[in-house]
Amino acid sequence: MAIQAKYLDMPLDIGDLDVENLAYFRHCAAHDFHLQKCSACGLVRYPPTTACPWCAAPKSEWVPVEGKGAVHSYTEVHHAIQPAFKAHTPYLILLVDLDTQKGQPTEHEALRVVGNLTTPDGKLAPKEMVRSVGIGTRVRMVFADAGPGIALPHWTIDEGAAQPAKPWRYPQE
Amino acid sequence: MSMPAEADATSPKHLRDKYAIVGVGETTYMRGSGMTTRALGTWAVRNAIEDAGLKPSDVDGMLSYQSGDSTFSNFIAGDLGIRANFFMDVFGGGSSTEALVGMAMGLIEAGMCKVVVIFRAMNGFSQVRIGGTGARAVAPVSGDMLHSRAYGWQSAGQMFSPTFMRHMYDYGTRPEQVAAVKAIHSEHASNNPKAFYKERVSVAEVLASRIICKPLHLLDCCVETDNGTALVVTSAERARDCRHPRALIRGVVGRCSKPRLDMHYQHGPISTVAGHYAREILWPNAGVGPEDIDVTGSYDAFTFTTMLQLEDYGFCKKGEGGAYVSDGTIRLGGRRPNNTSGGHLCEGYTHGLNMVIENVRQLRHDADDSCPVGPDGKRQHTYDYREGGCRQVKKCELTANMGWANPGTGSAMVMRRD
Ligand SMILES: [Zn+2]
Repeated sequence: MAIQAKYLDMPLDIGDLDVENLAYFRHCAAHDFHLQKCSACGLVRYPPTTACPWCAAPKSEWVPVEGKGAVHSYTEVHHAIQPAFKAHTPYLILLVDLDTQKGQPTEHEALRVVGNLTTPDGKLAPKEMVRSVGIGTRVRMVFADAGPGIALPHWTIDEGAAQPAKPWRYPQE
Repeated sequence: MSMPAEADATSPKHLRDKYAIVGVGETTYMRGSGMTTRALGTWAVRNAIEDAGLKPSDVDGMLSYQSGDSTFSNFIAGDLGIRANFFMDVFGGGSSTEALVGMAMGLIEAGMCKVVVIFRAMNGFSQVRIGGTGARAVAPVSGDMLHSRAYGWQSAGQMFSPTFMRHMYDYGTRPEQVAAVKAIHSEHASNNPKAFYKERVSVAEVLASRIICKPLHLLDCCVETDNGTALVVTSAERARDCRHPRALIRGVVGRCSKPRLDMHYQHGPISTVAGHYAREILWPNAGVGPEDIDVTGSYDAFTFTTMLQLEDYGFCKKGEGGAYVSDGTIRLGGRRPNNTSGGHLCEGYTHGLNMVIENVRQLRHDADDSCPVGPDGKRQHTYDYREGGCRQVKKCELTANMGWANPGTGSAMVMRRD
């Protein structure tokens, strides 16, 4: 069933025909990260697709995937474009390499999952927290509820993980 | 002129030098055009046809590109009295220019038409803001955008920055090296009476401008303007009858991509861009290499995009783009000037077309700067590159243009002077 929700006052809209995104966000709504695993080659993929990027097979099943990884790259937004984010600057957009399937099927591939840096309860991170995160920071997935049937996966600092002494940050600070 | 020996190519080498750009045209680069994209397009196309020494009735093919923000070929054709044997308006922005030149060559080669106009008309400041503000910023988030816009990841700067950041991490690229691109392009623009921003800015001024999204300062980002731009492509043979020396097309590569076009970040290294793949088609098709090129035209939507393209097309070693763009090579008077018009950072934003126009003029040895016009109607270039002076590159014989849609998709073209 279609989903219409609001997140940070921003309308989110998933139509009936978009069965891949409906399934993805339904799992997120249960705070349970799932991705499609190819029924032919067994590789997991992100974001949702309608066939396998590696072997083109159409069939897949949704499997639980551990929401843990390290920041591969990021940007720190100071000038928001969307009104929804104007009150939240600076905010971080993170590309996170999941530990699951990292370096497969080839050396430079990874499940690189997008999210903002948030507090453990899924709120966009405050300035001090934004300043402490960079390339290499270990993060864990958390969810921000947006309405029935939908939550957005995000990232927060993994308190239980061994962190790099100094994650890499943009030098002009 | 002599050309290096034949190299392997992935497309028929017999098209090398068989087509030419014979006309270039543009409107003023402005903010608040006060007219429709149809009027802008008509103005630019008319200028390009006149520049070629042709009449509208000589044109029988039309190509354009847009993102739901512009008029269509039909209306420009109607305004100018063009009856088309082929016309098509494609979806897309940056990376379209060179790709459509390649398509025009294919159309003429296939006998479908003879003279093709390519145009891009946009009110990128006063109607559909290229920076993504306005109506685009508040549209509902759905479909594939749920994995980007829902995270405040929407504008080109936001979307490309993970590539820029990772390049700094992987190779130690410094903010001041990349800022040199803006400083140098601004010097070029100061010698271009048409440029929207003609004022020279320093590296320090770029670094002192406010952060938009790291690593981009305000002055690392291009200008938003309203303008129309156009090219005329025809066969090298037909081109002999046109007004100017021919800009012959040596080789072209169009919309060449990295793996995972749906989300290129899934496939690394993410500090590598589409030029890494495109160069394997471009240089063999052109039969020349980066070391042969006199002038480059990069897609400077951002300072970083110039650095990444020049590096991945092989103008320097991988990882040395920061040094290449800041050591004087790309400045007028340097070994290989880049974006001599000021480009997107300073002249105006056209989704790539104005950098091709500039290189055609460089190849004609007729850059439209402030040098005096001689009795033959041509500028008498002084090659004095001080502010307000000349911007013609001495003995310009070979140029390369590089289009960019995003880190994962690019186009390119090599042209030579007849
Ligand atoms: Zn598969």
